[in-house]
Amino acid sequence: MTKKLALAALLTLGFSTASGAAPLLITGAGATFPYPLYSKWFSEYNKLYPDIRFNYQSIGSGGGIQQFTAGTVEFGATDAPMSDAELAKVPDAVHIPTVLGAVVVTYNAPFTGLKLTPAVLADIFLGKITKWSDPAIAKINPDIKFPDVAITVVRRSDGSGTTYVFTDYLTKISAEWKEKVGTGKSVSWPVGLGGKGNEGVTGLIKQTPGSIGYVELAYANQNKLPVTALQNRDGNFVLPTLESTSAAAAGVVLPPDFRVSVTDPSGKNAYPIASFTYLLVHKDAKDKAKGDAMVKFLWWAVHAGQAMAVPLDYAPLPKPVVADVEKTIQGLLVQGKPVALAPVN
Amino acid sequence: MRPSTDIASARAGPTPGRFAHIGDRAWGWGLTILGGTILVVAGLILLELGRVAAPAFDHIRIFRFLTSSDWDPVQEKFGALPFIYGTLVTSIVAILVALPVSVGLALFLSEMGPRRLRPPVAYAIEVLAAIPSVIFGLWGLFVMVPWLREFLQPALQRTLGFLPFFRGPMIGLGYLAAGLILALMILPTIASVTIEVLKTVPPALKEGALALGATRWEAIRIAVLPYARPGILGATLLGLGRALGETMAVTMVIGNSPEISASLFAPGYSLPAVIANEFAEATGDVHIGALASLGLVLFGITLVLNAVAQVLIMTVARGPRGAKA
Amino acid sequence: MNPLRWRRFVNVFWTVASGTGVLVALIPLASLLWLVVSHGAKGLSASFFVSLPTPVGEPGGGVGNAIVGTFFMVGLASLMALPVGVGAGVYLAEKGDGPAGRAIRFTAEVLAGVPSIVIGIVAYGLIVTQMRRFSALAGGVALALIMVPSLARSTEEFIRLVPTALREASLALGVPGWKTSLRVIIPTALGGIVTAVLLAVARAAGETAPLLFTALNNQYWNLDPTQPTASLTVQIYNYAISPYEDWHSKAWTAALVLLLLVGLLNLMARLLSRNRMAGAR
Repeated sequence: MTKKLALAALLTLGFSTASGAAPLLITGAGATFPYPLYSKWFSEYNKLYPDIRFNYQSIGSGGGIQQFTAGTVEFGATDAPMSDAELAKVPDAVHIPTVLGAVVVTYNAPFTGLKLTPAVLADIFLGKITKWSDPAIAKINPDIKFPDVAITVVRRSDGSGTTYVFTDYLTKISAEWKEKVGTGKSVSWPVGLGGKGNEGVTGLIKQTPGSIGYVELAYANQNKLPVTALQNRDGNFVLPTLESTSAAAAGVVLPPDFRVSVTDPSGKNAYPIASFTYLLVHKDAKDKAKGDAMVKFLWWAVHAGQAMAVPLDYAPLPKPVVADVEKTIQGLLVQGKPVALAPVN
Repeated sequence: MRPSTDIASARAGPTPGRFAHIGDRAWGWGLTILGGTILVVAGLILLELGRVAAPAFDHIRIFRFLTSSDWDPVQEKFGALPFIYGTLVTSIVAILVALPVSVGLALFLSEMGPRRLRPPVAYAIEVLAAIPSVIFGLWGLFVMVPWLREFLQPALQRTLGFLPFFRGPMIGLGYLAAGLILALMILPTIASVTIEVLKTVPPALKEGALALGATRWEAIRIAVLPYARPGILGATLLGLGRALGETMAVTMVIGNSPEISASLFAPGYSLPAVIANEFAEATGDVHIGALASLGLVLFGITLVLNAVAQVLIMTVARGPRGAKA
Repeated sequence: MNPLRWRRFVNVFWTVASGTGVLVALIPLASLLWLVVSHGAKGLSASFFVSLPTPVGEPGGGVGNAIVGTFFMVGLASLMALPVGVGAGVYLAEKGDGPAGRAIRFTAEVLAGVPSIVIGIVAYGLIVTQMRRFSALAGGVALALIMVPSLARSTEEFIRLVPTALREASLALGVPGWKTSLRVIIPTALGGIVTAVLLAVARAAGETAPLLFTALNNQYWNLDPTQPTASLTVQIYNYAISPYEDWHSKAWTAALVLLLLVGLLNLMARLLSRNRMAGAR
């Protein structure tokens, strides 16, 4: 028995020292919003550079910020830009926008083609409208025959950037929401089932007839769930598409640190609930190999990686934004020195 | 396995004087240290739990913590009532379902069932006990929840819908689903302890009743069950303790909604479920501390329950006061 | 009705009722096992055991890293828990009859009932915050803390099963107490101790909650104790709560793998204890 234990101990030690010489592993955690795209990016990048592995855990933006702040991961990911209070804890955090995504209202019902106005949307999530057959919904959708079924709201149970974007929008368009619930990655929901991550919410909606919830566009499309056309500030009912998502960011002035909200924008075809999603990194990385790899990956992501966004229903960064992001990435340091980046035509 | 038989060398004889019985003493001390590690582990758990929870203590008033429904980590408001409520409700439902079934099971396996059927059923119960929680959750989510939604919940609402427990939208997920899956999971616990308890009942009691002409059931009802009752209560408390702490299966079917509702069809939350969902991404030490405080509450409750259960089970094993074992 | 007939009827009624109890317990069990096998077998292939998970929507992939991760962390946990747990069990069996022994036994029994998620918080505090990262080590520590109390109690039970006559015979022949315990009693109980270990390992392999925020997860192979690590249980959970059909199938298949693993361990434990019983005569 002792011999076996000793052998096991030796093997464990041997393996752990062996993996020291093995591929570089960079750990990150955060938003579920961009997870379908990030998992594709990290997998493709690993094919290009087999020695570099990114281990990304999609635990929600709240978790990403928390773990990044605590230093338990090397990079974070969030759709909700860090607040001033959060930044105070990690003053050297840099937000790198990667793509634009849309938060869509999806549902499980025997009809499609739902249209909603901001007021009705807020009332549903406030718990004031509880049945699909409610006249307020019927008024906006005269062509749909609604069943007399209860509405089951589905929202996030974890700290979520998607929630932040959604509640940010609701706060802007509903005084009652602003007063009762407010904006945040985690809010006191008046009603609703809690799902873990965008995945969990999508899963719940798929399995629960009569449910309605908010998820990132890629999740709705990948799971063949219908999306709602929302009435934007200009009064048009707009479906979430790549065009309407990009249109949402078109008129927005970006601050130098990229922390901005693009919900409820003006614009004929702008989709009301769009958002940038960010990777969080340190301004000056301490580990040479990992810092180097991280900066080079970011450079790849905002150039070659953008093409992979479209098939997955994420909108690439607008050209002027890419120019600004390039400057920020070039300003990142590794052990005090900038990283040599290949120029991109 | 044959014991070591190198008696000749073992019989070398004790060394005299100061080193008398040094082997025994060293052995004794070594064992005591090893035994003491259990106490060290217990202390470690308690201290570490307290340390992780400490940052939240300034922000929590115990009364408000236990009675407020407002759980808002961003505003640093921590009202744990919905989780306590959910934990209690699901556990009570679990016990209400599991207790009769377990006792029936135990009786079947020790008294009333055909002898030929006992080993396979006993084996099945062992299998049930060994299944990991996440697999119960998987089956619960994809099989039991749709069954509840399509079949059991409508049936309950049709027949017992006048009760507040069976009202409201029927989505399958919720307190009822969690309670039922918990019942399934604690069945082996209650059943196996009950079987052990039934074994400690002196056979003379049952034989006496049978000799006086009682049917098998009457003998059990009159002689065995009253004697075993504290032990069965202990078994129930053990099952309850397990139900309170169950995490994965519950979080997969309860709906993760901190709502307090009389209806069992409504989605809910439980102490372990909220810890599992929020811990990895808790925003700051205070939030983590609050979740760890929930853990402390859970720890305290299960501690008390297990302790009382132990005492009850030992009471039956020792025999009624005054009687010889 | 004739009182005797009534009483006989009641007897039959309660016999049937307890039989119904058996059915209520066994039907869900049968459903669960049947579905895990039937759904899970569809995806079961050699590559499932040895492949890494693929991104969403891409075919193929497996839970190879999760299987290795489970073995790795359970292995780490066993290294830590075995000396402590078995040692404490030996203590309880040999010297555990006094007040200290009773206190320790009581503590072990009560610790065995602590919810595993609470143990996860403890391991988080002990390891994750100190190392400032999630790691397989933290997961292993959590599992070890779960294994120790039940290991101690089962070890004690198995050692106590050794007939006292054996101890008395050895002592009568002049073998010192400590040698008797170490060279006679424990080797005799070894089969039982191994059974207890196998059962504790099976339990640890099935734990999910404490790993959620200690070992986190990892899409790659990992044998580095200072890095996050995948595990079968966490992988099943993530697949199950996702919205993707193919991930749901993978969840069933991974569940089948886990059940086979746990089942194998339990089976080995049973066979060992049965052989021991047969051989002891």
